[in-house]
Amino acid sequence: MSLAGDLSQDLLDQVKQALASNTPLRIQGSNSKAMLGNHVAGKLIDTRGHSGIISYDPTELVLTARAGTPLAEIEAVLAEAGQILPWEPPHLGPAATVGGTVAAGLSGPRRPWAGAARDHVLGSRVITGHGKLLRFGGEVMKNVAGYDLSRLLTGSFGCLGLLTEVSLKVLPRPRQCLSLRLHMPAHLALSALAEWGQQPLPISAACHDGEALCLRLEGGEGSVQSAFQRLGGELIDSRFWDDLREQRLAFFADSQPLWRLSLPIASGTTGLPGRELIDWSGAQRWLKSTAPAAQIRSQAAALGGHATGYSAVADSFTPLPAALLRYHRTLKQQLDPQGIFNPGRMYADL
Amino acid sequence: MNILYDERVDGRLPAIDQAEVLGALRSALPDLEILHRNEDLRPYECDGLSAYRTLPLLVVLPVRLEQVQTLLKVCHQRGVPVVARGAGTGLSGGALPLSKGILLVMARFNQILEVNPQGRYARVQPGVRNLAISQAAAPYGLYYAPDPSSQIACSIGGNVAENAGGVHCLKYGLTVHNLLKVDILTIEGEHLSLGSDALDSPGFDLLALFTGSEGMLGIVTEVTVKLLAKPQVARVLLASFNSVEDAGRAVAEIIGAGIIPAGLEMMDNLAIRAAEDFIHAGYPVDAAAILLCELNGVEADVTADCARVQAVLEQAGASQVQLACDEAQRVRFWAGRKNAFPAVGRISPDYYCMDGTIPRRQLARVLSAIAELSAEYGLRVANVFHAGDGNMHPLILFDANVPGELERAEAIGGKILELCVAVGGSITGEHGVGREKINQMCVQFNSDEITLFHAVKAAFDSRGLLNPGKNIPTLQRCAEFGALHVHHGQLPFPDLERF
Ligand SMILES: Cc1cc2nc3c(=O)[nH]c(=O)nc-3n(C[C@H](O)[C@H](O)[C@H](O)COP(=O)(O)OP(=O)(O)OC[C@H]3O[C@@H](n4cnc5c(N)ncnc54)[C@H](O)[C@@H]3O)c2cc1C
Ligand SMILES: Cc1cc2nc3c(=O)[nH]c(=O)nc-3n(C[C@H](O)[C@H](O)[C@H](O)COP(=O)(O)OP(=O)(O)OC[C@H]3O[C@@H](n4cnc5c(N)ncnc54)[C@H](O)[C@@H]3O)c2cc1C
Repeated sequence: MSLAGDLSQDLLDQVKQALASNTPLRIQGSNSKAMLGNHVAGKLIDTRGHSGIISYDPTELVLTARAGTPLAEIEAVLAEAGQILPWEPPHLGPAATVGGTVAAGLSGPRRPWAGAARDHVLGSRVITGHGKLLRFGGEVMKNVAGYDLSRLLTGSFGCLGLLTEVSLKVLPRPRQCLSLRLHMPAHLALSALAEWGQQPLPISAACHDGEALCLRLEGGEGSVQSAFQRLGGELIDSRFWDDLREQRLAFFADSQPLWRLSLPIASGTTGLPGRELIDWSGAQRWLKSTAPAAQIRSQAAALGGHATGYSAVADSFTPLPAALLRYHRTLKQQLDPQGIFNPGRMYADL
Repeated sequence: MNILYDERVDGRLPAIDQAEVLGALRSALPDLEILHRNEDLRPYECDGLSAYRTLPLLVVLPVRLEQVQTLLKVCHQRGVPVVARGAGTGLSGGALPLSKGILLVMARFNQILEVNPQGRYARVQPGVRNLAISQAAAPYGLYYAPDPSSQIACSIGGNVAENAGGVHCLKYGLTVHNLLKVDILTIEGEHLSLGSDALDSPGFDLLALFTGSEGMLGIVTEVTVKLLAKPQVARVLLASFNSVEDAGRAVAEIIGAGIIPAGLEMMDNLAIRAAEDFIHAGYPVDAAAILLCELNGVEADVTADCARVQAVLEQAGASQVQLACDEAQRVRFWAGRKNAFPAVGRISPDYYCMDGTIPRRQLARVLSAIAELSAEYGLRVANVFHAGDGNMHPLILFDANVPGELERAEAIGGKILELCVAVGGSITGEHGVGREKINQMCVQFNSDEITLFHAVKAAFDSRGLLNPGKNIPTLQRCAEFGALHVHHGQLPFPDLERF
């Protein structure tokens, strides 16, 4: 594996300088997830030079790479060995880095069945707000020594430290994959999905695009064929799921604000104004709507979930309850006492 | 170095007068059941790691969450340490009491609040037993996946606190992968909901941080777990090997063939013989190692995968491969594995269960090093292994009534854990650090990493009142442990190093 591109010492020096001069830093890979969270006024620290896969043994189901490694490079290496990143991370840009992928913690269509980004993060190296390069977790599947900082850092948008290296759990690509489309209205699709979810069906993605329910079946030849025979429908190209994950479907095209609602898996239709695309078997809704943020947020909360603005709205993340916010602040203060890592990216004063 | 709390290296604890705290609690919580006489406290002096015992200051047995909240507030205000306890099955001394602390027993919170088949979740109180959740979900064809061998007894609150695993982790993950939401009370008595009824929630992933935090960051008061649809069929293959190396290679080759078994377990000869004597599972008692490989899912896939695995096993040198011919035999094959600990308990007055993890490719090397240590220390070691995910459970056989044997068992245990770290693994895969592995934490993490752990702790419990002395060692302890270590090998009696 390539060992070129170890810039960890350089990154550490940059952080130490920032600490010495009290300069906030804006951590950036390819900046493919800029639509999420607030703009950070800080000195740019670019991770892309710190790149390369450090170790990968398909029989161990673990891959370790430097933060700046392009996600596409990792997926290509895995594909050669017939393996995948099970949570299907969205790239949202051609040059997405693995560090940014883990820091943003986003997950693709397989999420309800395979788990999220954080479920596959086994270990990390991180530069802390005390100017140290530390290692947490490791390359083993199970590890409960100390607190699980690698998972805490996943989805923290760089606000708790700079990830320099991650170890990920990978899995074999399912033997068979088949995608189909069933014409039915959204509310019927949601109740069918709630019922199927209680049965051992090999569904690995489920989306309603406004007109029809699209399903992906993955598993062994036998289970995929028998599920297809039972469910019927018209076969479609499985690249549909890449387009969904990368927001390339026609649904995403217009200029109306885009929202993501994360809801309990058996929620019905939201009743919000605008157009809605159902993903994650109902647990994730994409909404194109000009409705006020407050209305969207309160409806998501009433349904037991939350909403995230994806259109560079200010404060894209749902505000936290007061007590929880207080502990977020104490945690940030403990891990980044000078507040140099991506201040304000998730929430003001975090 | 003694494992029991040692104020000299683990930090001073406030001097507390039992009668005074008892009085304060009785006036704040007149209906709370409090145990305070030595004979009532005695049953709570240890958890599943029974070699270490401490009588708690007081034991409280609340039945309502408001009692827990008030108790925490009183303790916070008065600076009294609190140790949470679920069912007390922990194997690392996580619920080991403190003589200057209150033991907070959460076992009476044993109600299943909701089973929701459409939403595929169950909402339960922390004292509910692991197996009770699957039993409550069974009428809907659902179950809760993590299945520690202690599942008839251990509580879900304890599972969250330890991030417990089981024999099906490789495919279904640990506790952390199967939670939606955990409600906690902080030491200040503040209620927080971590996670949500949806698949994610805004802010930092505190649900992941709290899972496995060993009662150090907050008290778990309610847990919402994911439920899965029961697989249609499950089949088990039992393969015998003449060498442990071949068995290890077979594990890698099954995974290399793109198959993720629901369970993939290995036992060595000593463990095989103990289990066979106890359960009569039908294990080959002269095999050097056996592998148990469970495949589950839809009938057609399982049949195809069984054939694939069988071929891989034979290719890897298995001397015999048996497919359980019916459900009864499948259950019997598993019963031998699931009862391996008590089975070993029958062939030795005492045993000490380790929990290290290693990259699987290191298996043969680690097992032969364990065999060498076993000879060196004069204690037998039986190996039970979650082979699929690299989690070993070496069981060290000893007799506590023979002077020096417990100390030798501790010493060899420590060496095994250090070996796991040296080959790129971890000192604990699922049982937790607790008090037991507190010294080995100094081997796995450097002082800056340990300092960061203390910073995390300080964010939620700045005065260090929740479960002091567990999970994360003080730097003083590491310094002292490190100093002891330097001497190892130069002493004439290495087995005496802990004195
Ligand atoms: C025979 C046997 C087999 C076992 N097999 C396995 C196995 O296969 N896999 C595995 O992972 N473990 C196994 N264990 C270990 C043990 O059962 C698990 O660690 C279990 O999760 C402990 O649950 P408990 O309710 O008994 O917790 P306890 O032992 O009571 O407590 C464990 C820890 O959790 C904390 N805690 C308990 N309740 C709460 C709460 N409500 N809030 C906050 N903190 C709390 C305690 O402070 C302590 O640190 C086994 C144990 C035995 C005896
Ligand atoms: C992995 C594991 C699984 C277990 N599963 C179960 C289970 O399913 N069900 C269950 O009930 N328990 C279980 N236990 C607990 C344990 O096995 C039982 O408590 C058992 O009854 C203890 O018997 P022992 O002979 O080992 O007693 P010991 O541990 O040797 O002694 C227990 C106590 O009895 C006293 N004692 C022993 N012999 C005598 C005597 N002749 N006269 C007077 N006092 C005596 C001892 O001094 C001590 O106080 C389990 C333990 C382990 C480690």
